[in-house]
Order: sequence, then C-alpha cells, then structure tokens
Amino acid sequence: MRIAVQDAAFDPSAELAGFGQGRADVGAVVSFTGLVRDDTGQMQALEIEHYPGMTERAIGAIVEEACTRWTLADALVIHRYGRLEIGAPIMMVATAARHRQAAFEAAEFLMDYLKSRAPFWKKEITATGAAWVEAKESDETALTRW
Amino acid sequence: MVEVLYFAWLRERIGVPREQVETTAATVSDLIAELKTREPRYEAAFADLSAVRVALDQELSDFSVPLAGVREVAFFPPMTGG
Repeated sequence: MRIAVQDAAFDPSAELAGFGQGRADVGAVVSFTGLVRDDTGQMQALEIEHYPGMTERAIGAIVEEACTRWTLADALVIHRYGRLEIGAPIMMVATAARHRQAAFEAAEFLMDYLKSRAPFWKKEITATGAAWVEAKESDETALTRW
Repeated sequence: MVEVLYFAWLRERIGVPREQVETTAATVSDLIAELKTREPRYEAAFADLSAVRVALDQELSDFSVPLAGVREVAFFPPMTGG
C-alpha cells in the first residue's frame, strides 16, 4: 500500500509500472487518473489546498476501510496539492486484486471517499479572479451506495 | 488554550491560517458562538454553518461534540478532493 500527498507532478504510467505484477495471487489491476479539467474555458490553473497531517490520516483510513471490504493485494493513492496546470494529473488510485470485480469496486470506493472525505479544497484560477469549487450534492450521495 | 485552524474560504475570510484561542467553550458550537462575538470577520466566516465542517484533532467531527481534551480544532468548507 502506498499513499503519496505531494506538490510535485507525477507520471501515472510510471507509477503503474510493475504495480501488482510478479505475484501469483493477482489477476486484476485497475487504475483511475483524475486530470485538471476546464469546464468554462476561462481557467488558467487549479490550486489545491490541503490539511497537512489530517490528509494523510484520512486517506490512510479510507485505504484501510477498502482493505477490510475487499481483499486487495496492493493499493496506491497519489494526490497533488498546490498549483496545477490544465490537463495535468491531479490524483490517481490503483488497486490490485485476485479478480476484477474487487479491483474495480475498491477503486471506485477510494475515489468516492477521496472526493468528499479527504481534506482537499480546489480553487479555480481565471484571468479575472479565483473561485473555490463547491462540493456537489452528488459527491455526498455517492457515498451512500457503499 | 486550543489551536484553531482554518482552510479555504474560511481561512480567507478570517485572514489567518491558524491561531491560538483562549476559550472555555464546552463544545464546538459554543466555540463558534464565542468567535462570532469577537469580530465581524468571524461572523462572516461562520454565517452559514451548513457550509462549514469541523475536525477535532484531525478527525472529522460534529458541532455538538465536547472540546474537553481537544488540542486542534479545524474549520473548513465541504471537501472537494479527487
């Protein structure tokens, strides 16, 4: 299991190299990468603030919970903070399991919880100012399916 | 004495990322009520509590929870990670 909360950019394909491989009990690897999207055509960058200390603890608890619900051979969570350019990877999760159902479900669970239970806040920077991204009702309701 | 942290727009409205607060507030709600009486910037930050979340010693918590033994209180808007 690996959790990284970092300012630095990362390369999702490099992070996945070898992930879950070389062992007899893994038949499935699922990964998700979130990229900085510009819905308005006005964005210059995305700024992400986080709560150092709590962020790592919260993600650790989410990964631990995923491991109690599914049998995972490995799990990876990377989440950036600071100033991010449009199109850049913000975060990724990867899961390795014996079968694909567990790998897919655990990856979705990790994503759903990272969105509204890990202390990150996004701010969209435009030429004319900046605005905090508001949490979506749908992000909260997404948790009820687990 | 408790360390109070603010994030995102709460930090911007209050103007500091963290501060030491001398308080005898019994619960989080009491602490918010006490802060709101201090200065207008707190009143502005805590005007709509439906948009405020709290963590006690880095664990998500509730406004009704007692502050006894708590060292770090953090206020922030709903999280927008992922």
